[in-house]
Amino acid sequence: MDRPLRLITVNPVDQLARTLEALLVVASAPLSVDELAQAADDDEERIATALGLLSDRYREGRSGIVLERVAGGYAFRAAREAAEACSRLYERPVERGLSQAGLETLSIVAYLGPCSRPEIARIRGVAADSAVAGLLERGLITEAGREDAPGGAVRYRTTPLFERVFGLESIAALPRLDDLGESAAEIRERLQSVAVGKTA
Amino acid sequence: MIAFPANGVRELDLDLDAFEGPFDLLLTLVLKEELEPADVDVAAIVIAFVERLAQQVEAGRREQLDLEACGEFLVLIASLLELKARGLFPEEEAELAELEPEEAAEELARRLAEYRRMKEAAGWLAERLAAERDRYFRVGPAPLAPQPQRKLAPHDPERLATALRALAEPPAQLSLAHMALRFPPVSQFLERFRAVLRRRSRFDFNAEVGELSRIDQAVAFLALLELRKAGEIALDQAAPFAPIRVSRSDGERGAEWIVRSA
Repeated sequence: MDRPLRLITVNPVDQLARTLEALLVVASAPLSVDELAQAADDDEERIATALGLLSDRYREGRSGIVLERVAGGYAFRAAREAAEACSRLYERPVERGLSQAGLETLSIVAYLGPCSRPEIARIRGVAADSAVAGLLERGLITEAGREDAPGGAVRYRTTPLFERVFGLESIAALPRLDDLGESAAEIRERLQSVAVGKTA
Repeated sequence: MIAFPANGVRELDLDLDAFEGPFDLLLTLVLKEELEPADVDVAAIVIAFVERLAQQVEAGRREQLDLEACGEFLVLIASLLELKARGLFPEEEAELAELEPEEAAEELARRLAEYRRMKEAAGWLAERLAAERDRYFRVGPAPLAPQPQRKLAPHDPERLATALRALAEPPAQLSLAHMALRFPPVSQFLERFRAVLRRRSRFDFNAEVGELSRIDQAVAFLALLELRKAGEIALDQAAPFAPIRVSRSDGERGAEWIVRSA
């Protein structure tokens, strides 16, 4: 044996890490540091240390189980190298048949949410009923109260499952809207060039 | 301006959350924009109108529906509903129609840009989804709703056990003795009255049983009736609730009593 003798057999953080491992394997949704601290009855700083230990132990290339930071918490998932094997046994039903209309509606809810169906319809220019129903059924969006006006429409927001499916640490991990698409000025120029072309 | 023919619709009295008074005043206030149509409970107005129709038919004031009044009411209530609906759903087209061509182009470009950004975002999401396709994880039911945390003070389990033990004990048997009525046998009084009448030719029933309990008095009265039925005694009472006089029966008195009481 070339390992040095260890006088302390159980490192307290190691013991805490084992508790967190147990909690994470039981969980079906990501657990926040706060939740882990409450369940393990320990302070958040030590939880963070133990999570660091676990993140190293459960990482791509080292383990079939990977600890990832997702949807505002920590969760176990399968290693990517095992994806093909997983796909033979399981599918990711959330994504099946997710249409362009569904993705556009999902973007609007993710960026502008909570927002209502009329708001979604105003931006996309077509009724959003079936797209919203599809996203609700998949669990990617959920109801989040109503608009203030009398008879206010139901508002929707994205769920933690949305962040998990798309591998986002949080909703803030979405790219900034300004970085996407043309500016209003560019579009206006293009519209005008078309208009000028028509009248000419 | 809506004209109100004097056919009764305008006088319909309303008692709504937002308004109390005649129907025509409500319409006037709505038209003058002093009352928000969204605040008016239209269903309550319809119910009030139908109730009044039913009352009129019941009271015999009308044999059949006043079609003119109903028609008028329908037109008014439909207008009110339309106003309310327009108030609830802001008219976008009207907003756009008021814009100058320049502003309209600006608005159109702004909306197109907004949609374009969302379309780009959807594209980003689609790429992301494709890139994350090999991430497999456990999906369970939605996490439990957060429960309000109630911190309980530490309690002694022995106290709970004591409390439960007290509940487990069968309650003491309640005595129902006081509820039972014990009747003395009628025969006891038959014998007693016969004995009295053997000593005296007549006696006063009230004086004889006056010291007994109410139940004993009742049984004694039954015995009295029993003796009268058998013809052994004659009864005499000057007035209702006056003392009952009991005397030995002889043939004549008995017959006389029967004739009188028939």
